Amino acid sequence: MHDIFVLAEHREGELREVTLEILTLAGQLAEQSGGKVTAVLLGSGIDEYAGKCASFADRVLVVDDPMYKDYNSAAYQQALVELIKAEKPHLVLIGNTGQGVDLAPSLAVELDVPYTSDVVSVTLEGDKPVATRQYYGGKIDGRIEFKDADVYVLAIREASTPAGEGGKSGEIQKIDNPVTTEVTVRKFLEYVEAAIGEVDITQSTMLVSVGRGIRDEKNMPIMEELAEAMGADLSASRAVVDAGWLPTDRQVGISGKTVSPKLYLAVGISGAFQHVTGIKGADVVVAINKDPDAPIFQYADYGIVDDLLKVVPALTEKIKEMKG
Amino acid sequence: MNVVVCVKQVPDTSDPDVEVHIDSSGKGVDESKFSFVINDADNYAVEEAILLKEKHEGEVTVVNIGPEAANQVVRMALAKGGDQAIRLDDERFAFSDITATARLLASAIGDLEFDIVMTGCIASDDGYSAVGVTLAQMLDLPHAAMVKSVEVIGDNKLKVGRELEGGLLEMLEIETPCVLTIQTGINEPRYASFKGIRAASKKEIKVMDLEATGLSEDQVGEAGSTAVMVEYSVPVVGELAEILEGDAAETSVKLSGILKEKGLV
Repeated sequence: MHDIFVLAEHREGELREVTLEILTLAGQLAEQSGGKVTAVLLGSGIDEYAGKCASFADRVLVVDDPMYKDYNSAAYQQALVELIKAEKPHLVLIGNTGQGVDLAPSLAVELDVPYTSDVVSVTLEGDKPVATRQYYGGKIDGRIEFKDADVYVLAIREASTPAGEGGKSGEIQKIDNPVTTEVTVRKFLEYVEAAIGEVDITQSTMLVSVGRGIRDEKNMPIMEELAEAMGADLSASRAVVDAGWLPTDRQVGISGKTVSPKLYLAVGISGAFQHVTGIKGADVVVAINKDPDAPIFQYADYGIVDDLLKVVPALTEKIKEMKG
Repeated sequence: MNVVVCVKQVPDTSDPDVEVHIDSSGKGVDESKFSFVINDADNYAVEEAILLKEKHEGEVTVVNIGPEAANQVVRMALAKGGDQAIRLDDERFAFSDITATARLLASAIGDLEFDIVMTGCIASDDGYSAVGVTLAQMLDLPHAAMVKSVEVIGDNKLKVGRELEGGLLEMLEIETPCVLTIQTGINEPRYASFKGIRAASKKEIKVMDLEATGLSEDQVGEAGSTAVMVEYSVPVVGELAEILEGDAAETSVKLSGILKEKGLV
């Protein structure tokens, strides 16, 4: 009755890291509650993933069927509903990922159980989970309490719990596909990789990155000049790419690129979680932002709290002088 | 092709001059200095709805949960090409969680004739990324979240692309009617024309209170919620950056010095 289900996530031949992170979190909670952790693995030809999950779980429940080769929310949801009804776990943890946000909310409705999303930490108070999540772009935390239920579904933010070492040897249990009719309302077609343009920012050693704070396309030249003076490539946060001021292949963050430059100079970027996840590999992070409370200053090594329209041209001049 | 598009009015917290302070109740924030805008992703959903209407005919219905002040974002969606609107407004709707919010939207949308319901894929204030997919299940419809492309490929069929991590697109076919949650960057939202703004002032915004939704008091607001935000707190902040003090001339000298010392320029 204290058991925890974790949905394993895989894509294009790889078990995603978020699976091990959430299994680690589930292990910590189970230690407290005395429950068991079950990794639920839906897929086709997935023995290798089952083995990996087993070192982080007490049990791996495997449904191996061509129906689950690629993710389809409708098929996944039907399978999970059947498994959860049969096994009655207390907590169901799913990644708050491109897959999880497409699946967990409707799963919770069909099960008629409480749900919340993008959880950054979970504790157990008595039998019940209490979740912490962020509001207003990370400027405020909120505590979520749940109404009494037999099952709670939580979508957990990626990288909120570091994956542990594993070391368990959970039992791998293969079961028959609980979904017996073909799913027709939604059909997976293919994955389309993001194109890479003239500059591959994942390979850049120096990045000058521009965010919403630039405010207007007409201000972009000062960023180009700074990047040129520094010998850096130009990258951007989502807002700038959405506005069409830089191409998609320059976007840094969860839905863009993960970068690992020696220097990441974030200009006018507030530092939402979706963005900073993409700069974990940077050696030195410098932030220029008008807002002293911008979360980016928590990730930066050096910061300047000022108007970028003043600082950027001054910095460009200084660097030009220095380089002679 | 009839499209229902859900829009939320949110504080414009992208403005660096706007600070977010918890109010005395502990469950809200001081909104007195906020300016309000349409939620970013919803703005793209409105554009996508109007693009579909322009290509395939039909009507666009705008749905909002909010006070009278939210008419601002509703009227703007009408000015861009929406045909009619519904605003759900009742004090008893306050503090609705994901489930209660989706239930309210379902009560307004369930009786409409539509092919697609669109919502933004995330709200900038609460960041749930969940109401659209919750709504889909309540309406017993298929859904796709984080949609970055929509193409009509048959009478009851769409081809959509979902944006995943790393910019990977998951292409899929989905039957209509369905619910799509729209990702930012899918299109280029237009500005409303003066003609459109004038026309919008004559379009109907139907207001629904609790009685009009047919829901009971215990299905909405905090009473109808199962995952309730009970208390805001100021985040525990880790070690902050070393802040370089001074005006732009001084900070640029300091920063370029540090970069040089580290061998970065």
